Amino acid sequence: MENNIFISHEHAKHICDKMQYGEAKFSERIKLSIRLAWCKLTRTYSKKNSRLTSSIKEAEMNCLKDAEREKLQRQFEKERRKL
Amino acid sequence: MTPNHKIDPNHWITLYSDYLFNYTISRVNDREIAQDLVSETFLSGLKSMDNFRGKASERTWLTSILKRKIIDHYRKINSNMGKAEVRMQYNTASESEGDWLEERVADSFDTTAEGVIENAELGDAIYDCMSKLPKIQARIFKLKTILGYDTETLCNELDITTSNLWVQIHRARTALATCLEKNWFKA
Repeated sequence: MENNIFISHEHAKHICDKMQYGEAKFSERIKLSIRLAWCKLTRTYSKKNSRLTSSIKEAEMNCLKDAEREKLQRQFEKERRKL
Repeated sequence: MTPNHKIDPNHWITLYSDYLFNYTISRVNDREIAQDLVSETFLSGLKSMDNFRGKASERTWLTSILKRKIIDHYRKINSNMGKAEVRMQYNTASESEGDWLEERVADSFDTTAEGVIENAELGDAIYDCMSKLPKIQARIFKLKTILGYDTETLCNELDITTSNLWVQIHRARTALATCLEKNWFKA
């Protein structure tokens, strides 16, 4: 299936996900483009997926790194014991 | 309204630290200050647990404490700035004499501020949607998408296969896209 230029919708979605992280290979991008050219379902998925990626970029989301969360937890537990 | 939310500080850090941190950093723009404010919020929450009436969720309640912390933070900054000497320079050699007021007053600050607020709200909406994901999906999505871990490191760290990782990412993305569609784009 990997060598086939025509891919399933499920496979196309998988490539589309990888594309969002810049991890799709050149050959995969070609296969996805072919699928996108004729499959409306894949185009809809791709559009939604790209919209999510741009929303996340736009929101400039942040979260704690594991070490930061552990530090927070330690501080919290320390103060909790004092109460 | 009958109180139907319970308070349990044992899970606060796991459940709310990322949401509160994202909420804060999008408003104070400094990682360390954001961590301090979140930490202070949890501590204030602990101290005022008796005031929790259960009418709002724990997260809403903690967010309201955090909002006050952020306001206090800016008040402190502003009072320090008030003590500093303010210097302003006007370009007297401007060719467009008479337009100086508009040029200096009607800058792009307002539109930028609106954009920042909207982005912060979008971030909150994404976190809202992320909180509905199964824990493992939310964790993988966060590490991969927000913290930008590469696939190999993430798989090693979580001891999962690459295909399992992509399955989890796919499920998380599909759920998030649907949730945002419903709660943000159509709202």
